[in-house]
Amino acid sequence: MSDLDTKERIQPGTAPGEDVAFEIHGDGDFPTADMSLSIGPAHPATHGVFRIVLEMDGERVREARPVIGYMHRGFEKLAEYRDYRQIKALVNRHDWLSGFSNELGVALAVEKMMEMEVPDRAQWIRMLIAEWNRILNHLMFIGSYAIELGAITPMFYAFREREDIQHLLESATGGRLHFTYNQPGGLKIDLPKGFLRESQRLSTVVRERLPDYFDLVLGNEIFQGRTKGIGPLPSDVALSIGVTGPTLQATGVAEDPRVTEPYLKYGEIDVPVPVGENGDSFDRFSCLLRRIQASLDIIDQVHDHVPPGPVNSKLPKMVKAPEGATYVRTENPLGQLGYWLESDGGRTPWRLKMRTPSFSNVQAIPYLMEGVLLPDAISILGSVFFVVGDIDR
Amino acid sequence: MGLMDQVELPQPVKYVFNWGRKYSLWCFNFGLACCAIEFIAASTSRHDFIRHGVIPFAHGPRQADLLVVSGTLTDKMAPAVKRLYEEMPEPKYVISFGSCANCGGPYWDSYSVTKGVDQIIPVDVYVPGCPPRPEALLDGIIALQDRIQHESLKDRIAGRRLDPVTLGADAPLALEGR
Repeated sequence: MSDLDTKERIQPGTAPGEDVAFEIHGDGDFPTADMSLSIGPAHPATHGVFRIVLEMDGERVREARPVIGYMHRGFEKLAEYRDYRQIKALVNRHDWLSGFSNELGVALAVEKMMEMEVPDRAQWIRMLIAEWNRILNHLMFIGSYAIELGAITPMFYAFREREDIQHLLESATGGRLHFTYNQPGGLKIDLPKGFLRESQRLSTVVRERLPDYFDLVLGNEIFQGRTKGIGPLPSDVALSIGVTGPTLQATGVAEDPRVTEPYLKYGEIDVPVPVGENGDSFDRFSCLLRRIQASLDIIDQVHDHVPPGPVNSKLPKMVKAPEGATYVRTENPLGQLGYWLESDGGRTPWRLKMRTPSFSNVQAIPYLMEGVLLPDAISILGSVFFVVGDIDR
Repeated sequence: MGLMDQVELPQPVKYVFNWGRKYSLWCFNFGLACCAIEFIAASTSRHDFIRHGVIPFAHGPRQADLLVVSGTLTDKMAPAVKRLYEEMPEPKYVISFGSCANCGGPYWDSYSVTKGVDQIIPVDVYVPGCPPRPEALLDGIIALQDRIQHESLKDRIAGRRLDPVTLGADAPLALEGR
């Protein structure tokens, strides 16, 4: 393709449409000039195609500008051309680490508009799989954050558990990453025989292995040195930016839709919400780890509740949401996911607006990175957990 | 490359040479989307493609022999992929991993997605799936190694490539003949 002139399109250090002005700071013997450092879009530290332009004064970051859009796939527009059953195959790909939670949001929104009754069994199973999905997501970040700080081993530990959990979920849903297990009104099919027993067994296995992460990563002196006191985020700033999920909980705010406005059956069980104190990188990471524990607690409670019965309700041949609009928010692994679904009564949505957690979380990056050293900037970038597809949609 | 791009190597030398090359593929993972997670899964202990001689820790494109494009390629990202591909030294190979990299996948009607990485760089092996299982990547790697074993390096350096392999395309479809 000759019209894609690479040198024209990507200039190091500039965001599209911006000029870089070099300012001279300080006077006397050591005047310094700012340097623009472009990290990404293809860089191991950004896990994905996230790009960030740092204005550096020596080793210090003066200003950080995230440049997003490298993974923009037009989900919101595409959703207008898919019917209500097809959307789930689309939305579970925007945050590819939490496919089940995404499709759950859409299913809840469609059910809310159609005023559909969802069988109890389906709701409990949804919770079970959503929590397993949350653990899958968090394990991935535990591995990748450690890699960004220079430790390769935790990734292999994390994938040991991930493979087991994916194997379990595959037996029920048929997918490893994108489950496509929800449908408006319930679930696609019932759980296979022996799933709950296997899930119970796996939950004890994962719980037994969790101390590995606490000792290996969180208790590591080098890890603590790289993360403690780095990038503290005050809770008022976090709330004003719109940060949610573990990044917000690390600042000490116990905000979680599963507790504050319960959906599914979260109101009937005890949902622990781990919080941090300082909101620094260490707290964010430790919140992530403790959220795995919390999810395991929920899973153990759910096992005692799953009732027998049907898992889906009868759907009309063509699912059509009545005219109107609704907003559903759920606690995705990385934060609050909101779907604004607007219908004109047709077979496809008229508009599907997404409020994705990663997009809001990365808004905190310019605040967090101001004035930090370059290695700390990497530590901050990894600890504001995001999935690039979730930012760009 | 000197002599190798001018004369065809004798068969025994070529055999040993290609045997050595196919088991030391330094791989540059261009992780773009979901498929990158399955790529990582393939590199960790359960599937472990290092036992096939694929080393996933190339420091950059300049040290890599194999480019695995895993995930959705958008129009905004395409120039970067092309540039990184051009930075790789010959002989270089490309595996297109996942439906998005093959043809656009579920975003076939999107306004911002490049419908296939083969529009900008030549591809050696297509691995279908959304996302493909790690086993599919292993299969793709074995298919690529098979090609490297039977390849003439002279042709490769001269830019003559074999037709790409699509996994699963050679097997007869169950519906065929009905």
